[in-house]
Amino acid sequence: MVRRSNLCQICRFHRFQWARHTVVLKYWLARWWDTRPLYIHFSLPPQIAVSESYIVVIGLEVHVQLDTRSKMFCGCSTEFGAPPNTQTCPLCIGMPGTLPVMNRRAFDLALKTAVALNCEIPRYTKWDRKQYYYPDLPKGYQISQFDLPMSRNGYLPISDTKGQFSPKRIGIIRAHLEEDAGKSMHDEAAGKADSRIDLNRCGTPLLEIVSEPDMRSPAEAKAYLTELKLLLNYLGVSDCNMQEGSLRVDANINLHIDTPEGTLATPIVEVKNMNSFRAVERALTYEAQRQYEVWKETGRVLGGPGGHKTTRGWDEDAQITREQRTKEESSDYRYFPDPDLVPVTTTEEEVQRVRESLGELPAALRVRLEQTYGIAPYDSDVLVNQGRPLVDYYVELAEACGDGRLAGNWVQQDVLRTLNERQIAIAAFPVSAGALAELLKMVQAGKITTSRGREVLAEMLASGTPAAEAMKALGIEEVDESALEDLCRKLLQANPEVVAEVKEGKTKAIGALIGQAKKRNPNVNPGRVREICLHWIEKAY
Amino acid sequence: MSLIDQTATELLAGLGSGEITSVAVTQACLDQIERHDKNVRAFLRVDAQAALERAEQIDRRRKEGRTLGRLAGLPVALKDVLCTRGEPTTCASRMLEDFRPPYDATVVTRLRAADAVLLGKTNMDEFAMGGSNENSAFGPAHNPWDLTRIPGGSSGGAAASVAARMTPLAVGSDTGGSIREPAALCGVTGLKPTYGRVSRYGLVAFASSLDQIGPLAQTAEDAALLLQVLAGHDPLDSTSVDRPVPDYCETVRRPLEGLRIGLVPEYFGEGLDAEVEAAVRQAVRVYESLGATVKEVSLPHSKYAVATYYIIAPCEASSNLARYDSAHYGYRTDQKRMTAELQAQRKQLEEAGDQAALDDLDNPLIRMYRRSRAEGFGAEVKRRIMLGTYALSAGYYDAYYLKALKVRRLIRRDFDRAFQDVDLIAGPVAPTPAFPIGEKVDDPLSMYLFDLYTASTNLAGIAGISVPCGFSRGGLPIGLHLQGPTFAEEIVLRGAHMFQQATDWHRKSPPLH
Ligand SMILES: [Zn+2]
Repeated sequence: MVRRSNLCQICRFHRFQWARHTVVLKYWLARWWDTRPLYIHFSLPPQIAVSESYIVVIGLEVHVQLDTRSKMFCGCSTEFGAPPNTQTCPLCIGMPGTLPVMNRRAFDLALKTAVALNCEIPRYTKWDRKQYYYPDLPKGYQISQFDLPMSRNGYLPISDTKGQFSPKRIGIIRAHLEEDAGKSMHDEAAGKADSRIDLNRCGTPLLEIVSEPDMRSPAEAKAYLTELKLLLNYLGVSDCNMQEGSLRVDANINLHIDTPEGTLATPIVEVKNMNSFRAVERALTYEAQRQYEVWKETGRVLGGPGGHKTTRGWDEDAQITREQRTKEESSDYRYFPDPDLVPVTTTEEEVQRVRESLGELPAALRVRLEQTYGIAPYDSDVLVNQGRPLVDYYVELAEACGDGRLAGNWVQQDVLRTLNERQIAIAAFPVSAGALAELLKMVQAGKITTSRGREVLAEMLASGTPAAEAMKALGIEEVDESALEDLCRKLLQANPEVVAEVKEGKTKAIGALIGQAKKRNPNVNPGRVREICLHWIEKAY
Repeated sequence: MSLIDQTATELLAGLGSGEITSVAVTQACLDQIERHDKNVRAFLRVDAQAALERAEQIDRRRKEGRTLGRLAGLPVALKDVLCTRGEPTTCASRMLEDFRPPYDATVVTRLRAADAVLLGKTNMDEFAMGGSNENSAFGPAHNPWDLTRIPGGSSGGAAASVAARMTPLAVGSDTGGSIREPAALCGVTGLKPTYGRVSRYGLVAFASSLDQIGPLAQTAEDAALLLQVLAGHDPLDSTSVDRPVPDYCETVRRPLEGLRIGLVPEYFGEGLDAEVEAAVRQAVRVYESLGATVKEVSLPHSKYAVATYYIIAPCEASSNLARYDSAHYGYRTDQKRMTAELQAQRKQLEEAGDQAALDDLDNPLIRMYRRSRAEGFGAEVKRRIMLGTYALSAGYYDAYYLKALKVRRLIRRDFDRAFQDVDLIAGPVAPTPAFPIGEKVDDPLSMYLFDLYTASTNLAGIAGISVPCGFSRGGLPIGLHLQGPTFAEEIVLRGAHMFQQATDWHRKSPPLH
């Protein structure tokens, strides 16, 4: 049975979130075996109905696992997917007498990221212990950074080529380093509370990037995450795999509601358990609506009675957020400087060196592609968002064929489609930029048509041969210009009625000649046939 | 002179010349332990067989003419706070009664590499918290000079084992006086090196910013010998300092010319026992007779040292000891009884209809933590965990921990200024000689005041040594405290050796029967 969602098929809100809608229509699919209904809200989606009366305020906390071979404070491997508790040592399982030693590479990766996020880098940063008891935290504290983080006050610009919001800067409050905890697996089946702990992840370096509450819609939040992930990708500091937990997102959200009495803020909610950017967008959309409904119902505001911060978890199956136990909210982490580690100093020269080594970052790269190759912002966005290797392929292709827009079209349509179909990266794409450029040059010169070109590319992909050979294999031959003119002249002579029609101004009649030309030689370029025929009619008839 | 009365330096000479064997020395130590340790209780564990095998092996290698380490064949006792691979390392706590670390502390690795013969693990205050050794979960060690009295702490077993001539050398740790104070009370020489001089890797942490490993021995010369092996940079300890280690063994014999001794008036105030004061002042006169000049220096913030120490040390301890949660290793409460207890409580509350209490009832995990820690830790450890937890809590942090850090800086500044005028600061180690076991058990505050003269050394991170300088009328040893600037172990040891060349307090041994 196909699993159907509980969402309204139009507004994507949960079917129970009808808000002021009173009716939920259920549709059953015609397929008799599918008994689950599809839901559609009866009237306008609620966020459209009320969006004018409040603004959504969103801040994000992103945890990124840094791509180091070993852990933050010991030599254990950080490889994902090893059998439980095989990547541990006395230090990361918290045995007495062990001492942490900072992984310099982790610090360097964090520094690189912070500089790329336009952060200030203090000369001096230290480590603090964040203390709480949990079995997946064997030391009873997490080594983190509290009051002197390694970076602060940065920003990340975001924009949307579809125009959902205008370009803006999202402030970064701070980015700091810490160690990850282990994983707890709770098996509460059959009333038996049986928990298992895997400490492989314990001590993996994490960069926590805390944004200002600068986002005003779930779309902006998603754009921020996408751009951040892309930046981390370009910097090569993390694989950002959300499924493996190397990128985790928590969101803080509330509403500022315009009322006749002035602007009110709803209580802040921290949303957790979002496993994809899409989930973030949906959870925040849901949460904004929920907060609005709750406010309508209870009038609770930030700081007022019942207006404390709460934590809610995103339930992917039900597509709703659920309140989580808030006992932890009041916990006191008793931060204090870790006496086992020495502070880290970073000089202005080091920061400068890091800045110079960053390479071209996505924002600058987009501008360069637009300016150098004359492509539209939408196209540069698509290309750059695919990652640096694809951009390199594109640039090589554009340079070789000398037409940035043509190259852009082919990469976006044909190359990307093949990559998606075959689920491969550009590095595994069988046709080199140089080989594709040869093909594009022929298309550009009008020697073959775009659609014939596609066939040639398919042949090149299938056989791994260069363009010329692929064309031969398909029986496509470049048509010699003089042969083409010869052919056109013969056609004109044989079809005086067409010539007459054209002379009367019915240029469409040329189409008949093009058809005949194609029949005689399938490799002719129709545009060229048309051009030559018109030229001769004007000149010789 | 019998083997056990010889100093490590003397034994080393005998071993080198082939006059004596490591087996003979080791056996003599084991015999002494066998004879007296049932009363002294200096050792928590003696590994006689392994020690003899090791001694035999070293003797054999010596006969074969192989190159041997600096301590080849010399017995060394280890405070049971130092991790030894595969062997119990208990910290004198029920919590770690069955804990066997899968690694050696760096100092243990260094001792093994120096071909020392490791005798066993010595008694101590639980997790090094205490100054009397009464906080050992396995019963107190006793002072060899008077078995009814404390040996001092927390390295009480280490000091007692050297005093009772059960070992020529012992390794201890000093967080607020834990090497120097028992050394003074037992009449042996004990050095706390500069913070960062000796690697802390494998030292079970009490207060990480104060803990430092150091030697206990009969003489300063022996302490220099042992420090030579212990000291040095260790990449496994980020706080260990990468700085060349001087040749202490070579320099210790050179007298200090033009030595300037500082006397701190604040050290000779209220609470100082008259006999201790007399012995210390007499020791200073010895220095004068050796050509030293004596100058008064002021350490105005030293009066805050104990208060500062009893904020910072418990704060760090509360955090360092959080790892003993019984989830991964160490003592765990009887889970069957725990579950039964929880169920009974739940039932009782349900019958009483007390929903609020039911909501507050621990989940099994929290109950396991609570019970295991309540049963696994002793009273003093729990007291310090609570002190530290309280002082680090929101709303108290600034008033306690942060303020203590500020005072700590002032204490360090006092010393920096004082050491511009003098080379060493002399004073008492402990305010009184050893007190009877049990006397202060119910008075933690007066116990804490016992750290009056030693805690500031740790807070400042400088070097300090305790050398025997006399006896009370009751025949109890008294120690002279010499403090030197950071990384001045060389000066401190030379100063102590100078004194020991002119006196023989350090050669007296207790009348054990
Ligand atoms: Zn590890």
